[in-house]
Amino acid sequence: MRESESSALAVEPVRGAREAALTREDRAQLYRFMAMMRAAEERAVTLYKQGKVPGSFYDGRGQEALCVGAAFVLGPRDRTCILHRDLGAHFVRGVTPDRYLANYMGRTGGVTGGKDGNMHFGDRELGSVGMVSMLPDMALVATGMALSFKMRREPRIAMTFFGEGSTANGQWHEAMNFAGIHRLPVVFVLENNQFAYSTPNELEFAVDPVERAAGYGFPGVKVDGNDVEAVFEAARGAADRARAGGGPTLIEGVTMRMHGHGAHDDMRYVPREMLEDWERRDPLDRYARRLVDDCGFSHDEVERISTEVRSYVEECARRAVDSPMPDAQTASDGVFAEHWAPLGDGQAPWSRWSADQSPTSGDEANGSNGHPRFREAA
Amino acid sequence: MPEMTYLQAISDGLREEMRRDQSVFCLGEDIGAFGGAFKITDGFAEEFGAERVLDMPLAENAIVGVAVGAAAEGLRPVCEMQFADFISCGFDQLVNVAGKLHYRQGVAIPMVVRLPSGGGFSGGPFHSQNPEAWFLQSPGLKVVAPASAADAKGLLTAAIRDPNPVCYLEHKGLYRHVKDDVPEGEHVVPLGEARIAREGEELSIIAYGSSVPLAIEAAEELEEDIEILDLRTLCPLDREAVLTTVRKTGKALVAHEATRSCGVGAEVAALIGSEAFEDLDAPVRRLTAPDVPIPFSPPLERAVLPQLEDMKEACRELLAY
Repeated sequence: MRESESSALAVEPVRGAREAALTREDRAQLYRFMAMMRAAEERAVTLYKQGKVPGSFYDGRGQEALCVGAAFVLGPRDRTCILHRDLGAHFVRGVTPDRYLANYMGRTGGVTGGKDGNMHFGDRELGSVGMVSMLPDMALVATGMALSFKMRREPRIAMTFFGEGSTANGQWHEAMNFAGIHRLPVVFVLENNQFAYSTPNELEFAVDPVERAAGYGFPGVKVDGNDVEAVFEAARGAADRARAGGGPTLIEGVTMRMHGHGAHDDMRYVPREMLEDWERRDPLDRYARRLVDDCGFSHDEVERISTEVRSYVEECARRAVDSPMPDAQTASDGVFAEHWAPLGDGQAPWSRWSADQSPTSGDEANGSNGHPRFREAA
Repeated sequence: MPEMTYLQAISDGLREEMRRDQSVFCLGEDIGAFGGAFKITDGFAEEFGAERVLDMPLAENAIVGVAVGAAAEGLRPVCEMQFADFISCGFDQLVNVAGKLHYRQGVAIPMVVRLPSGGGFSGGPFHSQNPEAWFLQSPGLKVVAPASAADAKGLLTAAIRDPNPVCYLEHKGLYRHVKDDVPEGEHVVPLGEARIAREGEELSIIAYGSSVPLAIEAAEELEEDIEILDLRTLCPLDREAVLTTVRKTGKALVAHEATRSCGVGAEVAALIGSEAFEDLDAPVRRLTAPDVPIPFSPPLERAVLPQLEDMKEACRELLAY
């Protein structure tokens, strides 16, 4: 293979990379965030069925490990563009379930205050630029953020998520190509959840998209997307490499969208056996077993995390329902900005960051948007 | 005050801002070593380095989308579309991402998209368009279209400093044909302020871009008492300036090179119709291109683009009304 200077694969050692060493608390956190996503989405379905959610409802059931495992590697000053089946990534970065639920209901307490709905949000205070419906537009936006990090010689990365359906769109190529040319510090997380709405993999591409990464001059890594620690390890490697100037990585997490595209979708196109097969690989069940079998957790401890999360989400749901609807007078506000303001930093719950000596790490950088109950319990 | 061409003034404004502010950088096709298809960034790569005069692959959504991300992080990207027509290939990022981020999430996107627009040189259907109406139908984008060299510099400076996405339409026909005094150093023309390009009492021509020099030429040749309002910014529109000139003269001709239906002329005419109806002494007229693609062959192109004689005829009709 001919390697031009600009597209050569990175070979330099990663500076500052440490052993992953997930602590016991890190593992509890990974489980908490996945459980929080599951519980919050189940709560949102109820609100939808109660008629409290305008429009349709979209969730990421089955994809909890992928978004939580990937986002868990991020440092405070890293930036994200998170997709609609990645609620767990928002939680990792510090969005609380009440703001997610209120966003679905179009209320002022939602992340967008009613300006946009469902999962079309990103909390600018937490370093997230929210998705649009056109996919994978945010791959280019994340690439642009990565360009700014490179231009400023900052050891930061951008992480963006998209489904395998997005890899058919030209903007996917534009992002991969440009990120590859300039070896930008961006991590592309491809969630292959088997279907783009109803279209199966075999009608989406002739070649597994992860293999295309080589054509752009950077590595493609395929992982079991339902194994949170496997995703974490792949993302950690990609993030360390990006931070050290090694350029982008495409991570393909193989998973399954366990619900329809939206609540209106009966999934008649998915064979029953396929769903049953994936049900046996449920990322939460698997991780709960692993915590007990391999990581020294007791059944009770794992159960307690689930119970605490559920009661926390319930409390958040009450707050969301109590949040007022927006004043119609504000519909025309905010079309234009009066001034530019920097994005805020995201929460970085991985223990590596609290041990880091950098001035923006640790509790201060985690800000006040965290999940107080879990921080106390930690 | 030195005299500069419209093209030199754009270069000058861009260079001034890049010298003043490290966060300003350019990205586009062939803008580095080659200096851009029209040489706006000639010599920039030598002065500012390849990183800040970033040659992009042939991918307009990447040009705009990467700029959105960089702008969210506090850089001030100035994108160059090689021709305004190619914004259609980057339209999704501009309209759906850049234009809506502040409304949806409070994320300011300070970026400029430079759009060499307009016809008159046999560029054909893909190198001659005036796409401003597309942007005006897309909330969240500001739109400017200078007609003089001084404004070309001043509006570009303001566009770069604005915290929003700004579509900057630079008419290719004016690049080397328009020449006027341009202030040295910092020069800012605030967005949203029209200017009186010529004072008069009998008729108002409301124009922007290439139609402004055309209107001035027509008024001079006719030796009539015609006022010319150069809109300069199309969004936000200087509504007061439009109403003021119409209330003064009682007659309005709205002129632009872009196609007719649902264009700036329609918007301005509607504004006058609803806010200044009782001040009118004649129907509001429009001089625009018809709703057809810009043809290649010179006689066909001349038939489509408003010509000096068309402008004079429209003035005569309104003055005689």
